[in-house]
Amino acid sequence: MAKVFIYPTTSLILSDLVARFGHTPLSAALQIREHIQTPGLESPPLQITPEDPKKGLKWAAVEVPSGVRGRMSLYGPMIEQAEAAIIIHDADFSFGCMGCARTNELIQFLLRKGDIPVLDLRYPRTEEEGIEFVAAIKKFLDELAGGGV
Amino acid sequence: MTEYLPKYVNTVTKYVFVESPEMTPGDLAIRAYEISQGVMIKETCFGLQITGKEDEVNAIIAHLREFDPAHIFVKDRGFPPGDSRRCRANLGGARPGYFGHEFEISISRFISKGLVELPKREAIAKPKPPAPEGSAKLDAKRLRQIIEAMET
Repeated sequence: MAKVFIYPTTSLILSDLVARFGHTPLSAALQIREHIQTPGLESPPLQITPEDPKKGLKWAAVEVPSGVRGRMSLYGPMIEQAEAAIIIHDADFSFGCMGCARTNELIQFLLRKGDIPVLDLRYPRTEEEGIEFVAAIKKFLDELAGGGV
Repeated sequence: MTEYLPKYVNTVTKYVFVESPEMTPGDLAIRAYEISQGVMIKETCFGLQITGKEDEVNAIIAHLREFDPAHIFVKDRGFPPGDSRRCRANLGGARPGYFGHEFEISISRFISKGLVELPKREAIAKPKPPAPEGSAKLDAKRLRQIIEAMET
């Protein structure tokens, strides 16, 4: 069973398919849950404290905005754990009220810099593309350690 | 600053989405309640949110998946249901993460089709997934060609 980083990190489809085919999806919810379930000082809405941008310095330089560094404190540890990654490129919803384009670029850069297999896709727009989309993810996951479930 | 004491510590919350012609969130909720044994289940317009110990939640989800494997989708959630920082009852509108769900559920029928057809595919057939389109920005090599063409 391999740990697979999914991008968008909140993707329902990727999270489901990775778990369905026998691996562990690394999604934003896991890190958010850890923050939410850790006692400390009240810091709504996501319990991101001033300590988190400091942790993010491991992945982003000090002149990078604190929003990027704070987000990297969530995603950085997962990128380091990841044994593979699946990236969907046309996820418009990952940039907007809760997203950050620069963090998204940095995540993809770090994934490619790491020596892990990466599958690049876009969302299917037809049933035929859906069949190929699922088949490609299944094949990719089967080739990872512990795959072929 | 005030002290923060978390609720539902050592639990997991998972979303169960159902987009099926044969099953509604209500049907799914009844099946889940039958075996819930103290796990918190919230029925929503798209499916369920299940909160409890990880083993118990996974057992319920495995049971639910059997009813319609290709049309039930599951993902983790960071917050428990009804959390005032996230619940739309307090925010006055859809919570931010809903827009991603709304988009992905709209294409889940293609994924369901893929899951149904997957066993029928030949094992050796090479998938041809939808590839990301290239950047719309002007390529540096192409820019150089244009400059050189103008200079000559």
